[in-house]
Amino acid sequence: MRNSLREERFSIETIIVNILIILLMSTGVIFSLVTALGLIRLPDVYTRTHAASKSSTLGVLCVLTATFIHFWLIEGIFNTQMVIAIAFLFITAPVGGHLIGRAAYMSGIKVADETVRDDMADALKEHKKKLMDKKTTEQ
Amino acid sequence: MMMFYWISLIIVSIGFTGLLFRLVKGPSIADRVVALDAIGISLVSIVALLSLIIETEFFLEIILLLSILSFIGTIAFAKFLERGEIFDRNNNR
Repeated sequence: MRNSLREERFSIETIIVNILIILLMSTGVIFSLVTALGLIRLPDVYTRTHAASKSSTLGVLCVLTATFIHFWLIEGIFNTQMVIAIAFLFITAPVGGHLIGRAAYMSGIKVADETVRDDMADALKEHKKKLMDKKTTEQ
Repeated sequence: MMMFYWISLIIVSIGFTGLLFRLVKGPSIADRVVALDAIGISLVSIVALLSLIIETEFFLEIILLLSILSFIGTIAFAKFLERGEIFDRNNNR
């Protein structure tokens, strides 16, 4: 299987696989560029978290899938670690973004002036009231 | 095909410098942590493209390692920002 497609460079299978790789890779690269643009241009931490978690996850996912397909179908190497890495990144990158956003809100960073509504403030107020009620009943 | 990989690497590197700009400039610590997280993810795609260009599969092990390290670093920074300590034993929030 190894180097099976490599010797016949211009067979129809190689061309199809290369077209697939080019499509996936260009999508991933464009999304990586959009991530940088969003991190530079957006106004506050929360919107930047949005840019950094969603689009960068999709971008790196497409690039890794293209690399995996290249090594699998052209070089003949089925790399299992790539599959694990793709699944891991798909799960953990949005979780990291969510945690940073929550930590930023808890440490008291202001939202941008253009923000229309802030549901987290109401939720926090309710939570504090519940905690106070609990304390008074315990005493 | 090699030309395409080179162009992709250059574009991803341009995005990388944009993230570095936010890392240096960012007004608050949370901005810098967001930029650091995105840099870790962008580094993974740079390693994947480099392994395509050099035509070796030995770089692919770095990808899993880098993604795990970047996630753990982000979690540690988020916990540190939220409460000022990374390991806490207080379960009453």
